[in-house]
Amino acid sequence: MKIKLKAILTVTTLALTSFQSMADWSGDITLQDRYFLHDPLPQNPQQHNNYLSISSEIEYYNDLDSDNKSITFTPFVRIDQYDDERTHGDIRELQYQQVFDSWELRLGISKVYWGVTESQHLVDVINQTDNVENTDGEDKLGQPMIKASFERDWGTVDVFILPYFRERTFQDVDGRPRSSPAVDTDQVDYESTDNEQNIDYAMRWFRYFGDLEIGLAYFNGTSREPLFRRPTNNTNSLSLYYPQMQQASIDAQLTTEEWLWKFEAIARDWQNNDSNDQLFDEQFFAMTGGFEYTFVGVFESDADIGLVSEYLYDNRGEEATAIFQNDIMMGLRLAMNDADSSEALFGVIYDLDNQERLISLEASTRFAESWTATLEIRGFNNIHRLSRLKGIEEDDFVQLDIAYYF
Amino acid sequence: MKMILKNKQGQTNSREVHVKTLEVIGDGDLGLSIFNTPKDIKGTASLTYSHALKPDEQWLYLPALKRVKRISSKNKSGPFMGSEFAYEDISSQEVAKYTYKYINDEILNGIDCFVVERYPAYKHSGYTRQVAWVNKQEYRAEKIDFYDRKNVLLKTLTYTGYQQYLNKFWRADEMYMTNHQTGKSTTLSWDDYQFKTGLTEKDFNRNSLKRAK
Repeated sequence: MKIKLKAILTVTTLALTSFQSMADWSGDITLQDRYFLHDPLPQNPQQHNNYLSISSEIEYYNDLDSDNKSITFTPFVRIDQYDDERTHGDIRELQYQQVFDSWELRLGISKVYWGVTESQHLVDVINQTDNVENTDGEDKLGQPMIKASFERDWGTVDVFILPYFRERTFQDVDGRPRSSPAVDTDQVDYESTDNEQNIDYAMRWFRYFGDLEIGLAYFNGTSREPLFRRPTNNTNSLSLYYPQMQQASIDAQLTTEEWLWKFEAIARDWQNNDSNDQLFDEQFFAMTGGFEYTFVGVFESDADIGLVSEYLYDNRGEEATAIFQNDIMMGLRLAMNDADSSEALFGVIYDLDNQERLISLEASTRFAESWTATLEIRGFNNIHRLSRLKGIEEDDFVQLDIAYYF
Repeated sequence: MKMILKNKQGQTNSREVHVKTLEVIGDGDLGLSIFNTPKDIKGTASLTYSHALKPDEQWLYLPALKRVKRISSKNKSGPFMGSEFAYEDISSQEVAKYTYKYINDEILNGIDCFVVERYPAYKHSGYTRQVAWVNKQEYRAEKIDFYDRKNVLLKTLTYTGYQQYLNKFWRADEMYMTNHQTGKSTTLSWDDYQFKTGLTEKDFNRNSLKRAK
């Protein structure tokens, strides 16, 4: 399902008129410029070097005059200068929430986050990635769900029923950064005969033991990660296949005074495809583990510096559908702790097998009370000729976001 | 709670925070702070289980990602939200957090006070000592001088507009912190104090942090 801009706007207008009283609205309007440092690959003449776009996310919250009930509605829209797939809208949230004595219920389109690591988010499988937004996989599409959360002495249990699947978003042929050839999001197949209407379910147990926190989860349903199928005779784009998967996961964090130790691991049973696009059953294991160490008040200033390092592993090695199978991430986090909340995060993910380097820098600051400026640099360096990342080697970009909040 | 940050040039920045606290007998308080402004961090919330001598336990909720992050609590001396208040200045005040020495009696702005020196007993404090002027009649702090790690006067905190709630709890309407070394200052103004609101431990866990508005 592709939620078109027009549908979003209609829903927004309806919501505005029906909930006009006792409303709490907030949101942002963000102007973004993305400049690609290199010319497109010769086979992609439709691509450009500079892309302007504008986006807005608005949140409406109503507590229904009660301490334990609420409605949240969060539409999002982006309009991109060239890329018709990046011009998109989504309902990030449209949910009803109620808190009972020993459990709570969430009903509708919602967003949840699982996990602890920084370099990748293996265990976070409830919401689909809104891939056209950014390369870090942190932007998510709203997921229709029924979620019940039970708090007990022995931990918190969340039960999810997910009645509708959201397809991952991909750039259009004139968009960047993207694979080459591009993905045709209209060419989609499912393992489930119910297609996107397969009912997925998931469970998560979470417990806190002082300095140690552990989450265990199980997911059964449509894989959020698609398989890519090679172009056939009559197309020159990749098509998508969403298999069913069963996945068990663990995430844990140990917090001591200046050290954070983080670990995530998954075991997945699903179908993968070989180099002839033949499906086969596959079981694999992947993990991310590492630490973050913080120096507080460096050089007699208020600033903190954090060192982050994580190891990323997938037991399928170079055959993995994931891009990180034997990689190491090194990062540096700087928080100025000033009145403008200035901060920066620099990271490199280095592939120990084929020496690929993914480089990222994010720096942000506030100005004039309600504005922020965010600079991002993403570099794709030394991309191997047989790599899953093939196509983005010329897509290094610098991005500036100027956001106004209301 | 409203914070006004002022720099040396007189430029100001403001923050609005909604604070919920549950006092725990024999341990530090449970606290939930929800940021309303600056607007770019609206909905960000922090949950703290504070302790007298053990390090506090602290979680941060980031509404854009819906992510709850357990964070390191070593940072007692760092500024709270870029203000002149350090985390240790605004966290729960427990008797066991300090050792004390009585200095003398002094009249401060017409108020008869005990002058007491207190020395942080917890790790990672930014101070060697604090000098507190305590109102003899009501046992409430009127002024505190903070001395940095080199024992040089760093900041002064003054309490104004004390009001009594439920006939027993004295709370200041305004706390003014001035930094003598940088010339910056921060005013914390409190309003709409409510007591005995029926909060329980359940209102201070990860699920309530995610719901906090």
